[in-house]
Amino acid sequence: MRVYADNAATTYLSKTARDKFIECLDNYNGNPNSLHSDGQRTQEVLDEAREIVAGCINAAKPNEIYFTSGGSEADNQALLSAARGLVKKGKKHLITSNIEHHAILHTMAKLEKEGFEVTYIAPESNGVVDPAKVEAAIREDTALVSIMFANNEMGAIQPIPEIGKICKEKGVLFHTDAVQAAGHLPIDVQAMNIDMLSMSGHKFHGPKGVGVFYARNGIRLVNVIEGGAQERGKRAGTVNVPAIRAMAEALKEACDNMEPNMKRVAALRDRLIEGLKDIPYSQLNGDPVKRLPGNVNWSFEGVEGESLLLHLDMLGIECSSGSACTSESLDPSHVLLGMGVPIEAAHGSLRFSLDIDNTEEQIDYIIEKVHYVIDHYRSMSPYWEDLLTGKREHCVPEYWNGNK
Amino acid sequence: MSLYTDKVMDHFENPRNVGVIEDADGIGEVGNPVCGDIMKMYLKVDGDVITDVKFKTFGCGSAIATSSMATELIKGKTLEEALELTNKAVVDALDGLPARKIHCSVLAEDAIKAAMVDYYEKSGREMPESLVGFEPHEDEH
Repeated sequence: MRVYADNAATTYLSKTARDKFIECLDNYNGNPNSLHSDGQRTQEVLDEAREIVAGCINAAKPNEIYFTSGGSEADNQALLSAARGLVKKGKKHLITSNIEHHAILHTMAKLEKEGFEVTYIAPESNGVVDPAKVEAAIREDTALVSIMFANNEMGAIQPIPEIGKICKEKGVLFHTDAVQAAGHLPIDVQAMNIDMLSMSGHKFHGPKGVGVFYARNGIRLVNVIEGGAQERGKRAGTVNVPAIRAMAEALKEACDNMEPNMKRVAALRDRLIEGLKDIPYSQLNGDPVKRLPGNVNWSFEGVEGESLLLHLDMLGIECSSGSACTSESLDPSHVLLGMGVPIEAAHGSLRFSLDIDNTEEQIDYIIEKVHYVIDHYRSMSPYWEDLLTGKREHCVPEYWNGNK
Repeated sequence: MSLYTDKVMDHFENPRNVGVIEDADGIGEVGNPVCGDIMKMYLKVDGDVITDVKFKTFGCGSAIATSSMATELIKGKTLEEALELTNKAVVDALDGLPARKIHCSVLAEDAIKAAMVDYYEKSGREMPESLVGFEPHEDEH
């Protein structure tokens, strides 16, 4: 059996998005900046995409939607715009969390080198950021708060409406990296007081290399890419119309079917959680309820994530791990460490990210094979032997207690 | 190209010499759970020959594969020959490792050396000069 359970890394291209992509390649090959008929017909397709995307997140106007190369570019532009735009007004402080994507964290680090001050808020042990801590961190000179909508690794959904309300009251810009949330959770930028938001097409069955930067009108934007006057002069480069239109189609499809999809995928997620919780000395990472419908992130003591991942792949199951050996650095996941998961448990973590095409049969297969690989690698682990004999101490409880 | 060579994947999928030797003549353990890898090696020595070797490893695919290959390279060899084993020989025998996995092979070499030190200490035989004062490499973390 083959089971793709790495949808947080990327999703397959949906058939409707693919059809739209091909349709654009075949019929709308003009440059939307051209004034002739071919160009203008293509411009109409681009306008249509902008309207669809604006509608899906309830943006006040379609012109608040800027198309980018992906979520990372949108994250960069949001942070650079807030910082460099407001520094003239004496605002040189930024707030974020320590569990953000590197597109946020590395941009923040760059701004720190430029002289900005950044406050990194650690989430609670369930992976959820406390809005009161955000409020307490806001200062007179705070330019921006950037907190992700939902975490890519352990799935915790952040209190976006609460943080949005606080930022509005305090007069601070609010950006959210909604790369994992868009198309999977309801988003209303007006009701949630979101000033800027990032999305990535391939996380909701659209194409790769295309994303969305939403910025409420009235925010002065700084360009990341200079050149022509595309995207209201805020993002240069000939517009990738087929990818954009296909992404819009994928987002529309995801939003139109969101309620039944969420219900179906969350049921699969909970089936997997139920099936794994009898493994001793293991735990679910992240809040069990305030959680992306498809995310299951589990730590197993005494074993290392990369070996589990490779063996599961041999058995047909594709997932990911937060272990150091699967990262480019020597440390395990900054997200798991950032929320207080012990480093030994972070090394032994697996992430399954499920989606609408997964089945109950596949979940049962994952449960069976995870039990098998955990037993297998624990049997050859000197660390597990030390835990059993009491030579080393356990760092997670014998049975996961629901994160209570 | 995939991350690991066919040889690495073969030794990961079917690791040789996994287990413990109950009446081992030398036992060596290196690494720690914070760094995410621990290797434990067991040696059985008869005269000057390593007649049996077993290992247990907590770690990634390459940690398991390098442990397995290292045991293969010293099994049946003399103590003198085993002392010559370098991490590079393990890497070469596996047809290479990604750069950031080289430390796994260093760990494997160190685990064998640690087991040999234990053997010389327990047996009371004179420790070869190259093992005197042996310290495993700092685990990269």
